[in-house]
Amino acid sequence: MDERLLTAAIVIVGVPAALVGYVLLIETILRFVPGRVAPRLRPVLWLLPALTFLSVFLVYPTIDTVRRSLMDGFSENFVGLANYEYFFGSGETLGALANNVLWIVFLTGGAVGLGLLIAILVDRVRYEPWVKAVIFLPMAISFVAAGVIWRFMYDFRPESGTLNAIVGTFGVEPVGWLNTWPWNTLFLIFVGVWMQVGFAMVILSAGLKGISTELLEAARVDGANELQVFRGITFPLLLPTIAVISTTVIIIALKAFDIVYVMTNGNFGTEVLANRMYKELFNFSQFGRGSAVAVILFVAIVPVMLFNIKRFREQEAIR
Amino acid sequence: MESPFMKRRRLVAGLVVSMLVVGACSDGGAATSAPAVSAAPTTGGESAAPTEGGGEIGGSVSVIGTWGGAEQDAFLAMVAPFEAETGIKVEYTGTRDLNAVLTTGVASGILPDLAGLPGPGQMREFATRGALKPLDDVLDIEAYKSETSPGFVELGTVDGQVVGVFIKAAVKGLIWYNPNVYTGGVPTSWDDLWSKAGAAASGDTKPWCVGLESGAASGWPGTDWIEDLVIRQSGPDVYDAWVAGAQKWSSPEIKAAFEAFGEVVSQANTHGGPNYVLNTGFGSGANPMFADPPGCLFHHQASFITSFFQDEGGAAEGDYDFFPMPDINPSFTGAATGAGDLFGMFNDTPQARALMAYLVTADAQAIWVGIGGALSGNKNVTNYPDDVSARSAEILANATVFRFDGSDLMPEAMNAAFWSAMLEFTQDPSKLDAILANLDSVQASAYAQ
Repeated sequence: MDERLLTAAIVIVGVPAALVGYVLLIETILRFVPGRVAPRLRPVLWLLPALTFLSVFLVYPTIDTVRRSLMDGFSENFVGLANYEYFFGSGETLGALANNVLWIVFLTGGAVGLGLLIAILVDRVRYEPWVKAVIFLPMAISFVAAGVIWRFMYDFRPESGTLNAIVGTFGVEPVGWLNTWPWNTLFLIFVGVWMQVGFAMVILSAGLKGISTELLEAARVDGANELQVFRGITFPLLLPTIAVISTTVIIIALKAFDIVYVMTNGNFGTEVLANRMYKELFNFSQFGRGSAVAVILFVAIVPVMLFNIKRFREQEAIR
Repeated sequence: MESPFMKRRRLVAGLVVSMLVVGACSDGGAATSAPAVSAAPTTGGESAAPTEGGGEIGGSVSVIGTWGGAEQDAFLAMVAPFEAETGIKVEYTGTRDLNAVLTTGVASGILPDLAGLPGPGQMREFATRGALKPLDDVLDIEAYKSETSPGFVELGTVDGQVVGVFIKAAVKGLIWYNPNVYTGGVPTSWDDLWSKAGAAASGDTKPWCVGLESGAASGWPGTDWIEDLVIRQSGPDVYDAWVAGAQKWSSPEIKAAFEAFGEVVSQANTHGGPNYVLNTGFGSGANPMFADPPGCLFHHQASFITSFFQDEGGAAEGDYDFFPMPDINPSFTGAATGAGDLFGMFNDTPQARALMAYLVTADAQAIWVGIGGALSGNKNVTNYPDDVSARSAEILANATVFRFDGSDLMPEAMNAAFWSAMLEFTQDPSKLDAILANLDSVQASAYAQ
């Protein structure tokens, strides 16, 4: 116990001390550097720690994962593209890939669509903050906790399964929500939507408030009805925001793991790539295959990231 | 006024600071978690191997296992006398994901001193990679071999050296019933069991209760079923070949076992039908057996299930009894399957040696057996607290053909596919051929490594 307290104390005191120490050190060194070089050297030295962390924790693991994806189970022998052949030749991994596509379509569609709908519906109503607070609340829960909660919601026994208790009151036999393919994947995705819709709603709502009222007034004066205002003004102006949220949610969909792991562990045809990667790495000791799945996930995410960065640059340029 | 340039510089500075904080925190995290799993501080250097009763040694030993709740309490009770005698502190951590902890541990070298092992297959892998330390000079090996069932000694041996020992054991393939409900007596054969079940079942009281759900390991109770059917239908030779990856899943022998299981979990013969089977935890699967009116007559499960009958099913002692799963093919009689909790040593410290030597003794194992829910592979342990556990221990001791849980012996990828296959098959038995073909393809790649 004391050991942990000690570590906490070291972190609380040590981290700021190290920061200040590093800054002071740089400034001291820079004092001995010729005046013309110092301004050019300073940003490099300031960035150095961040770049070091970035390369140790991001760049190196990425390169190493690619290397391992070309090697066998224990990363001992070079096997070429065998792991990728396995990936594209096995029904289970291809099924996982297909499910990830479902996640992308329905999680993004559900979270952004519902978020937009709610943001618009509650805009300028009196109880708006309350509605938003309630819908935003699930964001504060971890995916694992959400998975556990929804396991109870979907539980087969009506005594603990809320949904089966509800259908039971209408005289319907209990439904095996999580073992009925292909609907079970959608039920899992719904848990993701439940968590992400608050995030989409808050950002879209903020975007909505940023649209100038003069513009909307002018359209209304010109005789546009609310639907036309939405289609002609609100939606186009919100589009950059929608794009940013969509890309964020797409990345979340590609990384989907916790919900699947907790609720079905990929059984009943609900497997996703991240869970497959986890199994290959940690359960089957197939580092090569696991790394290959990781690389494929990475490659799939890159275009989304590039799009995101491009958008961001464009916005910056406008500003 | 603040220029955009200043703004950006402040942003960059903020970024650096946050990166540093994140980095420092992850350093701190590693510093705190490392002592929990890595080697315990070694006191007194490499002295001669202390045996049990060697007096004060001090220090600590880290142990990782899968036990939680009542099982964790039982293990801690088991090591309490050891701690008192030697002054060594046993630091136990329970995890639900032992396999992942040990696989990454073997790769990174950060391992507990002692750990439960997921199964003999994994044990062999860790031993051949040099992570598991041989126990031949740690235990009193002669005493260990003479006290322990030969089957268990053999399962813990890799290349002639003992690397794994069994802390406790369980007998599989027991058919449980509620004597207040089923009074038809012990069936003499598998067919006799079905005819007795047909006579006793009526209306909502179905012949069987089955529960396959078990979190990430869902499906394993089904694999026990298949194993018990294979060994009784087709004999130990087919069983061994199948476990070793030489018998195809699509072969008629294995297919016949699946078909026999399919009869059990059909809508007509099992309580609640396949949906109940797939969504009910293995621990509460038999609950309807103790309900009024009873939901089923029989439940197939290992000897450890009695504590679940009491905790989950609300059964009292006397509400449950068992008979061994009857023979099917008369040429293969007297078969039994079982399993146990394997234990191995990853760090060779005096404390780890002392604890390992202590855990295999009859004195230590008798503690857990006395608490209930466990059998011992040690023949000198006889203090079974009730008739049911004494009789299951007898099966363990007297089986003419004893085999270890087959799925645990298979490579992990095969085992996991086997679990999933049980769920898929229960869901839709008409897909059997496709399921077995998929298992064949997993078999082709899983054993290759």
